[in-house]
Parts: sequence; structure tokens; C-alpha cells
Amino acid sequence: MSNPTPSVGPGLPETQSLATDTVTAPAPPQPGKKAKDAKPASLWSDAWYDLRRRPMFIMSVIIILILLVMSAFPWLFTSIDPFDARSCDLSTARQAPSAGHIFGKDNLGCDVYAKVIYGARNSIIIGVFTTLVTTFIGSLLGMIAGFRSGVVDAVSSRFTEIFFAIPPILGALLIGATFRGRINSIILVIAALGVLGWPMTFRIMRAAVITAKNQDFVLAARALGAGAGRIMLRHLLPNSLAPVIVVATINLGGYIAAEAALSFLSVGVQSPDISWGLMIADARTRFLEAPLPLFFPAAFLSVTVLAFIMMGDAVRDALDPKLR
Amino acid sequence: MGRYVIRRLIQAIPVLIGATLLIFVIVFALPGDPIAALFGDKRPDPAVAEVLREQYHLNDPLLLQYWYYISGVFLRLDFGVTFADVPVSELLLGKFQVTLNLALMALVMEAIIGVGLGLWAALRRGKATDTAILASTLLLISVPTLVSGFVLQLILGVKLKQWTGADIFPVAGTSAGWRAYLLPGFVLAGTSIAYLTRLTRTSLAETLRADYIRTATAKGLSRRRVIGRHGLRNALIPLVTYLGADLGNLMGGAVITESIFNLPGIGNQLFNSVYLREQPVVVGIVTVLVLIYILANLVVDLLYAVLDPRIRYE
Amino acid sequence: MKKTSADVLPVEGGFGNEPLLAVDNLHVEFHTRQGTVRAVNGVSYTVSAGETLAVLGESGSGKSVTAQAIMGILDVPPAVIPKGEIRFKGTDLLKLTEEARTQVRGQRVAMIFQDALSALNPVFTVGWQISEMFRVHRGMSKADAMKKAVELMDRVRIPAARQRVNDYPHQFSGGMRQRIMIAMSIALDPEVLIADEPTTALDVTVQAQIMELLAELQRESQMGLILITHDLGVVADVADKIAVMYAGRIVENAPVHDIYKGPAHPYTKGLLDSIPRVDLKGQDLYAIKGLPPNLLDLPTGCAFHPRCPYRQDNCVTDHPPLHEISGTRGSACHYWREVLDD
Ligand SMILES: Nc1ncnc2c1ncn2[C@@H]1O[C@H](COP(=O)(O)OP(=O)(O)OP(=O)(O)O)[C@@H](O)[C@H]1O
Ligand SMILES: [Mg+2]
Repeated sequence: MSNPTPSVGPGLPETQSLATDTVTAPAPPQPGKKAKDAKPASLWSDAWYDLRRRPMFIMSVIIILILLVMSAFPWLFTSIDPFDARSCDLSTARQAPSAGHIFGKDNLGCDVYAKVIYGARNSIIIGVFTTLVTTFIGSLLGMIAGFRSGVVDAVSSRFTEIFFAIPPILGALLIGATFRGRINSIILVIAALGVLGWPMTFRIMRAAVITAKNQDFVLAARALGAGAGRIMLRHLLPNSLAPVIVVATINLGGYIAAEAALSFLSVGVQSPDISWGLMIADARTRFLEAPLPLFFPAAFLSVTVLAFIMMGDAVRDALDPKLR
Repeated sequence: MGRYVIRRLIQAIPVLIGATLLIFVIVFALPGDPIAALFGDKRPDPAVAEVLREQYHLNDPLLLQYWYYISGVFLRLDFGVTFADVPVSELLLGKFQVTLNLALMALVMEAIIGVGLGLWAALRRGKATDTAILASTLLLISVPTLVSGFVLQLILGVKLKQWTGADIFPVAGTSAGWRAYLLPGFVLAGTSIAYLTRLTRTSLAETLRADYIRTATAKGLSRRRVIGRHGLRNALIPLVTYLGADLGNLMGGAVITESIFNLPGIGNQLFNSVYLREQPVVVGIVTVLVLIYILANLVVDLLYAVLDPRIRYE
Repeated sequence: MKKTSADVLPVEGGFGNEPLLAVDNLHVEFHTRQGTVRAVNGVSYTVSAGETLAVLGESGSGKSVTAQAIMGILDVPPAVIPKGEIRFKGTDLLKLTEEARTQVRGQRVAMIFQDALSALNPVFTVGWQISEMFRVHRGMSKADAMKKAVELMDRVRIPAARQRVNDYPHQFSGGMRQRIMIAMSIALDPEVLIADEPTTALDVTVQAQIMELLAELQRESQMGLILITHDLGVVADVADKIAVMYAGRIVENAPVHDIYKGPAHPYTKGLLDSIPRVDLKGQDLYAIKGLPPNLLDLPTGCAFHPRCPYRQDNCVTDHPPLHEISGTRGSACHYWREVLDD
């Protein structure tokens, strides 16, 4: 038998690729029935029907919606502007929570609550855009590799191996340190995580396309002389989308955690910009006497990551009833 | 088998070259002049600096520098010297030991807790225990090391010591021997524990539905033997391979944990070296990690063949 | 000392007129999300030492579920046995403790399955799997048990048994794998052997060899054999009597010759008519019309009535009991006389 490499590879530390192991391409459509587009459509509508009944899914959607509003209109949640230096008062550093400052004050005497609220924006932006970048690059290359097979496939698969071999956080740390200060720090974080994150999507997309490509209706379309572009777009993409979307959702949470880690290591978002990772890094120096300024951003970070992973879990279960 | 190993090693060469070259290029692009950094605040004598530049091949084209480096590593096991003239291998040996200890501790915890919880859940599938275990894996996956590290350090390290007076879980450094790795090991293992729990659960549950399990029951074996011998032996295959591949991940992902618990491992070293622009150290660390990744995957493949007789490498 | 089954099973010998194994009014239900699947609804059959009972019936009629109930290898839940007895030498197996049950399973009543490739454990050698019976149940040493395994593989005529004990199941051909399955099941000289479609997965020539082997082993050891099959040709050759199942019930049971002479149930008649026959070559093959019953919602009265050419009004309302036709024969049809006369 040939190479049985288990599909366990390193991912970003918070989202190891196991997520991908439990995701399979949707079951092949029944031959005969109007399989063409009917299958993906009913797959999604079944999944949607199922999802609306899952408390975990509903909970995660609510949390994510709140986070989105928080990042778009943070002033709805707090009247303090944390970017305004006058809002901080060193003499009140590490003050315990009070009516005016419900999360207390940090090492510089700034309001923790306001900073935590404003910190959501960078997390969401970085999470969403990194996911878009990795999903786009990974899917595109994965689709081409899976569809073309042969040399194209062999070369691109080896090429992605290279990225798997580099420990993601260390790689991102290097990229961050190298280009820090030369480009906008948020774009830098997205780029660093994107460069190291796309191979996972590549693998999943490639596997899904290889499965889909050998199904009857695709073979039929090819026999009828449909062009490569049309086959990929009309037939392969809809049938390979499910696992990619599941992994994208779960990874989004992972990227948010990774952003915090990079900011914590001071190669991510740079002060005076606000990030939960930065807040944790700042608070750690006096952490043992005053744990609250570290605790609140940590809690927000965890809940955010949890929401996306819960959502991904729910979507995966809904799309793959076998796993129940 | 031997031929398979050789073929796999040959296939790994482009990966190794690609990954190290990539790192080399990035590190080369690190801002600032390493020779200047070496002299700190003093301005170096241009002549001395030039000699140093020649000595470290800094004036050669990038690809040539890469060749000097990589051939040194593989032909002479020479990872070069730092700009302070300490051999990189000497500097890194102790650091790797710390990270390896940490990763091994995490691996052991993963194996014990992850497999244990997974088995428990699989045997109680659909019951409250199963649901509770699944919910806890969700938490373990979602709480980033950055958070779990500090929280556990505070609660299990500091507070527990204040309450009980006993230093059960040391919170920083390596002076307490293996106990020093307990807390950081758990923190590092967190996500993997959750994944392994889920993997064990699905793997065993799937195995227990297999026909040969029904046969084993029909042979009149006790439930204990059916599950423990016939089921587990098969369910184990993906678990062992997951664990094997995870060693590399853990070592490469330890930087946050090392930072929180003040462990002098390679993650910490890399972090420092990046700031000191010690390019040979940075490249050395990543090269070794890439090698570990490649070897771990090879070992996993071979382990597969040992565990599953249906797989043969020819 | 290992306990032998004799220590646990209360009645040994002296079970009077009782046949070796008697299934009596057995009911099995599966509680699923969709509702209660009534897979077995009052099955009774018996088998004596040295006798072969063939169980026939279309897919889903509950043949395997009945067999699994006898072995006690149904998954509980979802399976529930609300009613019925399974008497082995007079002792109701359903009333035994799990421990006592384990002592019967495999040692006194054994079973072989349809697909030997999936029924054998892929990661253990065949020798290990056969010898496990001796190690676990007889407390033999590894080496002795292995010797026994080789003997058994010889007995089921696996060529070069000694060289092949350490091979894995996937290294054998389908027929050889089924022989290994058989060797494993007869390892401890069971008194009853249940063979659930033992040849369905094999090609025709191999099928005949396996049936021959089973028949021969049975002659030697005087086991009671319950043979579940779709192959009416095989039945005529090896079976002593036949039980025909439909929708989880026995619709007809009879000595094999009686049935071939003239079935006494419309369903049996349909089954026999659907065998291709040389003398009727060229004519359309008969097929029982209609769909198999929905076990979630069984038809009222006789479960076969929606498909029955002999149907009368009372078939829709009255459930036919198993009418005794002769001492050894029964039919669950209100109009068995008409069927028999045709
Ligand atoms: N675990 C289960 N859960 C729900 N229903 C089940 C289960 N096992 C069996 N059944 C149902 O019980 C019915 C009888 O199944 P059984 O396997 O006994 O049929 P069979 O007569 O052996 O058919 P075949 O000839 O195909 O082997 C089937 O309709 C099946 O769907
Ligand atoms: Mg069956």
C-alpha cells in the first residue's frame, strides 16, 4: 500500500489540524436523482434546519453578533475613549473595579473596560481577514492541485509541506520581527498568519476536490465537454465547500488567539493601538498583585475564540450527520 | 521497509531545503546590522567590522551564504557560531533539553488525560458523562495558552501555595526538576488534550461498531476483554500516530508557555535572538525544528505499519 | 482454575423431551429515533442435536436479529427483548446472568458470520484469534493453544496451516477466511452452531466447498446447525427442516421435503416460485409483488396481506396463528388448505 500519511499536521497552535480530520466532504450525491445542484442545496438547507435548533449555534451567533457591533460601534458600550490620553490617570493605577470603572484600572491608570471594548475591533478584523486570505489562497491552490493532479499536484503538495514544517507561531514571530515598523502592524499580522495558515485549507480543499471529481455527475460533465473553469466553479466548488467552511470558522477563532499571542510577544498589534494580547502583556508585570487587568482581556479573548469554535463545531455536526 | 525509509528521506530533502531557505531569507531581511549590534553602543572600527563581515560570509550573496550554512549543518553537524563566538550547537543544547522536557511532559499528559477522557466518553456515549467531557474539550480548545497559562499560574501555582503552604506546582524556572514542568506541561498540552479526547472518543466508538467486535463478543469473551483487547488495539492506531506527530507541534508551539513560566527553552531563546539579531541562532533553531517535524512524520508512518498489519511499504 | 461452562449452566443433560435449542415466542424491538422497530414478533423454532434447521426469508425479516438474540450479542440498547424464551437444554438463556451467558456464548453455542473479512480482527494473526478461545476459555498456555489452532486449521482444510497461523486475515482468500471463521467457531466443540449466510460473500464454487465442510463437521460432532440463507438450492441439500420468516414471524415451518412438495403459506409459495427452474426456461420469473413491510408500522392482521394473492377480508383484521398441519409442520395462514391444494 502506498503512503498512509495520517492527516495530522501542525496548524496554528490553537487550531491544530484535527479539526480537519473530523470533517469529511459531503456524501456523494445519489446517482440518478437530479444530483447536479440539488445535493449541495439540500445539504445546506438540511444543515440550516438543523443549526437553528442547536443551542450552541444560537449562543455562538449571539456572541459573535455582539462582538461585531462592539467592533463597529465601540462607543455604544462605553463613553470613555481609551485613545484619549486624558482618560488615563497614573495615580489610579490598578484601582479595583468601581461604579465608574467596572473592570478597574490598568498599570497606567487607564479604564480596563473601555480598552477591552475597543480591543474587540482588531481581534475581529485580524481574525476575519486572515481567514479570508487563507481560505482564498488555500482553496484556489487546493482546487487547482486536486483538479489537475499529476505534476502540478505533486509540486504544490510538496510546496505546502514546506509551510507545514515551519512551526507557525515561531514563523509568524520571525516575519513579525522582520517587517515590524515597515508596514502597518495589523496588515503585518494578517500577512504573517496568512502565509503560514493557508496550507491547511489547501489540504482540505484538495482532498475534497479529489473526492468530488470522481463522482458521476462530474465525470458526466467532463464527458460532455464542459471546460475546466466551469467544472471547478459549477461542480467542484459547491461540493467541496462544506469542509472548507467548517475549518474556516474554527480557524477564525484560532487566528484571533494567534493575534493575541503575537501581540503578547510584541510582534503583533503595536501600542498605542489596542489589542487584548497587548493588554495581557502589559498587565503581566504586576499580574500577581493585580490579576484583574489581565483577567478581563483574557476572558474576552477566550469567549471570542470559544464562540467561533462553537460555531464551527455546530456547523460541522450539522453538515456531517454521521458524526452524531 | 528500508527502501521506503530512504525514499521518504529523499522526498523530505526539498521540504527541508525549502523551509530552511525560507527562514534564512526572512532572517537575512531582519532589520539592522548584526555587526553593529555586536558592538552595542560603541561604533565599531570599520576595519574590524570588515574582517568580521568576511569571517561570517556577510558580504557574499544570500544563496552562497545559505550554502555555507546548510552544508556545514549536514556535512559537519556544524551550526555555526554566534557573533559572540559561542558555537550555536552548544548554546542550543540546553535550551532544546528544556523544551524537549516540556514537550514530553505535555505529551505524557496528553496521552494519559486525553486518551483516558476519550475512552470514558466513548463508553458512556450519549450519556451525561459524555456530554460533559465533550463540553470540556470545547473549553480546552477555546481557552488560549496565553489565558490558561496565567490563570493556572495564579490559581494552582500562587494561590494554592498560599493556602496550603506547599509548593506543589512551581510557577517559574526549572530549578524544581520535573515538577517544574507539571503546570507548563499541562498548559502546553491543553488543546492537544482536547483533540486527543475527541479523537479517542470517535476512534473507539467507531471501532466498537465494527463487525470483529461482534465476533469477539460471540466468542464468549468478557466485555472487558472485548473492549480492552480487540477494540482498543484497533482504536489505538490513529491515537499513537497523532501523538507521534504532535511532539513536533508541541516543541514548535512552546514559546508562549515558556514565556509565561520563565522556562529557558528554544522558544524563549528564539524570541531573544530575534531581538539581538543573532541570525545563526535563529536559523539553527528553526532548522532543528523542521528536522524534528520531518523525522516525527516519518516515525509516525513507520509506526502505522507496525500497528496495522494491513499496511506494507514496498 | 478457570470455570467451565458446566459450572455455571444449571441443567446439564437430562432435559427430557426438550430439543437442544428452542426459541419460543421471541420478540425483539429496537427503540430508535424514528420509533420502535419490531424486528422479531413471536418467533419459535427448535433444533436438535445433529439436525440442520434452515431459516429462510427476505432481507429484513429478522433472521439475523433472532440469531443475535440467541447468541446474546444484540446491542442493548437499542434492542429490547420484551417477551419470549430461548431455552438451551431446557434452561432459558434470557434468564441467566451476564456471566453465565458469557460461558454459553462461543463455548456451547457458537456463530459464524457472513463477511469473514470484517468479522475477523485485522490486527491479530489468525492463529492468535483461534487460539484465544483456548487461552481464555480453557486456560491453555500460548504454545499449546497455538498447536490447537494449527490442528483446527488443518481440520477445516486450510493448506499449509502450520506456515499460515501467523498470517493476518487480509492475507487469505475469501473462502479461506470463512474457513478460519469456522475453525474459530468450532474450537470448543459447541453443541449449537449458527451460520448466518456463511457463503453469501463467496463465489459459487467456494460456496459449495464451505457448505460441504459445514455438513461434514456437523456429521462428525452432531452439532445442531441453524443455517440462515437465501439459497434455496443449498437448503434442499443440507437442511432437515425449514423455517420461513416474514416480518419477524415464522410463517411456515416444515420438514424440508414437505415444503418442496407443496408449500402451505402464500409467502413460501412465492419464494419457491421465484427460483429459476430449468424446466420452465423462457417463462417470466415470478416475483412477489409489493414492498417488504415497514417494521415501524406493521400491517394489521396478517403482515403479508398487502402482498397476498389469497387475501380475504379477515386477513386484514385477524392475525393468523401458526396452524398445526401435522406434528412437524405449521403454517400461519388462514387459508393454508387452499395454498396447499394449489
Ligand atoms: N440496531 C438496529 N437498530 C434498528 N433496527 C435494526 C437494528 N438491527 C436490525 N434492525 C432491523 O431489524 C430488521 C431485521 O433485521 P435482520 O438483520 O434480522 O434481517 P435479516 O432477515 O437478517 O436480513 P438479511 O437477509 O438482509 O440479512 C431490519 O429491518 C433491520 O432494519
Ligand atoms: Mg441477516
